[in-house]
Amino acid sequence: MRVELEKRVRVSTLFSILSPLLALVLTLVFGAVMFWLLGKEPLNALYVYFVEPLLEVWSLHELAIKAAPLILIAVGLAICYRSNNWNIGAEGQFTIGAITGSILPVMYPEWHSPAILPLMLIMGMLGGALYAGIPALLKTRFNTNEILTSLMLVYIAQLYLDWLVRGPWRDPQGYNFPQTKSFQVEAVLPEILSSGRAHWAFVFAIVAAAALWFMMRFMLKGFEVSVLGQSERAGRFAGFSARRMVWFSMLLSGALAGLAGISEVSGSIGHVQPVISPGYGFTAIIVAFLGRLNPLGIIASGLVLALTYLGGEAAQLSIGISDKVSRVFQGLLLFFVLSCDTLIHYRIRLIFAGAKSAEIEA
Amino acid sequence: MTLSEDPAAVPLLSVRGLTKLFGSFAACDAIDLDIAPGEIHALLGENGAGKSTLVKMLFGVLQPSAGQILWEGAPVTISSPGGARQLGVGMVFQHFSLFEALTVAENIALSLDTGISLSRISEEAASLSRDYGLPLDPKAHVADLSVGERQRIEIVRALLQNPKLIILDEPTSVLTPQEADRLFETLFKLKAEGRSVLYISHRLEEVRRICDRATVLRHGRVTGACDPKLETPASLARMMVGSDVAEVHRDESAPLGDIRIEVSNLSVPARTPFAVSLRNISMKVRAGEVLAVAGVAGNGQGELFDALSGEYPVDEDEAIRIRGKAVGRTRINGRRVLGAGFVPEERNGHAAVSAMALSDNLLLARSQPDKRAFLAGGVASIIRHDAVRSATRRICEAMDVRKSGDDPLAGSLSGGNLQKFIVGRELDRQPAVLVVNQPTWGVDAGAASRIRQALIDLAKAGSAVVVISQDLDEIFEIATNIAVISEGRLSEPHPAGTLTLERIGLMMGGIHESHSIPERAPSMPESTHAR
Repeated sequence: MRVELEKRVRVSTLFSILSPLLALVLTLVFGAVMFWLLGKEPLNALYVYFVEPLLEVWSLHELAIKAAPLILIAVGLAICYRSNNWNIGAEGQFTIGAITGSILPVMYPEWHSPAILPLMLIMGMLGGALYAGIPALLKTRFNTNEILTSLMLVYIAQLYLDWLVRGPWRDPQGYNFPQTKSFQVEAVLPEILSSGRAHWAFVFAIVAAAALWFMMRFMLKGFEVSVLGQSERAGRFAGFSARRMVWFSMLLSGALAGLAGISEVSGSIGHVQPVISPGYGFTAIIVAFLGRLNPLGIIASGLVLALTYLGGEAAQLSIGISDKVSRVFQGLLLFFVLSCDTLIHYRIRLIFAGAKSAEIEA
Repeated sequence: MTLSEDPAAVPLLSVRGLTKLFGSFAACDAIDLDIAPGEIHALLGENGAGKSTLVKMLFGVLQPSAGQILWEGAPVTISSPGGARQLGVGMVFQHFSLFEALTVAENIALSLDTGISLSRISEEAASLSRDYGLPLDPKAHVADLSVGERQRIEIVRALLQNPKLIILDEPTSVLTPQEADRLFETLFKLKAEGRSVLYISHRLEEVRRICDRATVLRHGRVTGACDPKLETPASLARMMVGSDVAEVHRDESAPLGDIRIEVSNLSVPARTPFAVSLRNISMKVRAGEVLAVAGVAGNGQGELFDALSGEYPVDEDEAIRIRGKAVGRTRINGRRVLGAGFVPEERNGHAAVSAMALSDNLLLARSQPDKRAFLAGGVASIIRHDAVRSATRRICEAMDVRKSGDDPLAGSLSGGNLQKFIVGRELDRQPAVLVVNQPTWGVDAGAASRIRQALIDLAKAGSAVVVISQDLDEIFEIATNIAVISEGRLSEPHPAGTLTLERIGLMMGGIHESHSIPERAPSMPESTHAR
């Protein structure tokens, strides 16, 4: 017996729209089974995980804080993926963006000027973009696979950060803790509302999503992205350059990841430390696909994935399960999104023996 | 259909009520077919008529939804190509499945399932190819062989299994007239041995010449069964299309105008190891002229199109002039702005993106030359979707593009309708120069005649048209002048009236006029020229 995927002649529009919701429901069902196997009351656990965080103002602020980097990174990745460039290294671009953005407050802690914050944000974007430029250069020059190069660069960035904060950037008055001085007030990204911690990164995220949605929907550049993503040859016929698109999409997604990085360090953490991200750069890949690579969809999916982080923390506290559970949820979600999409486009066909004997004899 | 001529004979293969559904769409609908031993049976039909689906079911690639296949009178289930070969069915595909980097013998060995030694395969293949007049060197690398030779590999590969029925899918579409003649001799030899041949084609003349009987398909149903020798091409075409095909009209007397596109000594090295390099190509096309570039597939047609369109600009700016302006280094949109239009050979993924709407596909070719109409907002380049959509409607109306819905996905159109749209997309701007590669490749007869007429009308209205085509009938129908491309060289153009089919065939086979004695690039092996 063998299993074949057969392309469906007609793709159901209804199910294409429902697919992310279907994936969410399946994730919840399997999550409940997982809680049950862990010996917890499934419904209660799901309540703690997915509902409780939404009931209080402070935790809504936390939701916005966690959603902001996810959305920022994911909208950039969506443009990349739509143009058929597979940047998997947003985590590394996030890290480098955080480092380059922190140069000013770390090196010049005495500089108190309102110009410092905009400069930090710009330097963060530049750093992220340049770091994403490495796989772009390798791809356009040597035809290297950007999935591998961008992924491997993540580990270089993380180790570099680790070395920085344990070495040259370590705060001399920090009791040997591996972290930099706390940023001066002018270098901290301010809160949006007085009711909680949520800072301007969330606004950046919404603006970026709206702008890229507009680009994809109405601008020739967005058209260029879609055409080149579907067929490089047709893109060339239209006069678009696939090589320039590699640069455009990688630099754009790198810059947005870098902006997310410096915003996270400046707004949420306040200094640089060895670990600055619970894997935002990788989770953003799930966010991008769950949002169907549509910037507006990504706002919604970014909030959903932020909830898994938040729920993980809550569940750890109130029902005592490992925060690894949030990783499991994210994995389940990506798995179901991709498999729902696959089954919408393809049908599984089982081919039983019978064919077999003839093939062996022939 | 019954075998009234010879009631005693059991047909080799009978098909009863064979149906294949894709969703609710019936690609084949209750098809009946009988193939007698020792006959050459034609399967006629336009693209999309269900020929390929039927053949795939006979060769075990697809499983029928309903109906029965009888082999020598006994019902059988053909569940895989292996099973089909076991029964005695051999197949020669239209698109060859050969590995270019391997030798002939290695390619043959790959299709045989058990571990027979390579030397034995070489021997058998060599003796088979001698017996059937299919000269073939088992040690040659496939990359170095002509298309005709590659087809021979496929035929020998099928013959090695000693089949009783051989299915050939559009075998002559890639051959010169002389190569086709040689193939027909082989087919007659097979027939004399009592083997049957199922011959799929849409070339009516050929079918009338070599086939004993014909079954005609239209929209998945059998619409006729006949002796093709008793029919005329027109009556066969009527069975295929369901109505009379409009004849293409040409006005011979129109005077030619100024030179619109001029190529002088264009040489382009091959981009990939399997591509063809262009050598010293020169041509001039005047307003009002249709220059047809004939040639067997894979002789540099694609490369010539790439150079003319500017998708791959050339080093020498002066080598190509459009309306007097040197454009060799100008990219495709720069040439479009000068008034040139281009229609590539491949519809899906080159001329059009199948997963995008027709209006998006209009923008694909027209975003720059029609910037003012379709874009707004200066550098931001906001797409004016209404303007694009209304232009799409205009083109669909002008070219009679049949579609479902207002602005469907390009992929949902049939090949002929999509091609009409792609050609109409260029005609809509009244281009001063139009370069078309294989304008009616894989297009149904009705759409083909419409496209050909449109090209002639465009030239008559004062444009210069370059048509690169493998279809000699088409070329004679529309061309003012004909040049032949072979191994990356272009012959002098000749007025269409002065050329015969035989003469073109010889030129296509690589016999050039005396002035172009082939000088070989060092990387080119000898066998490329051995045709």
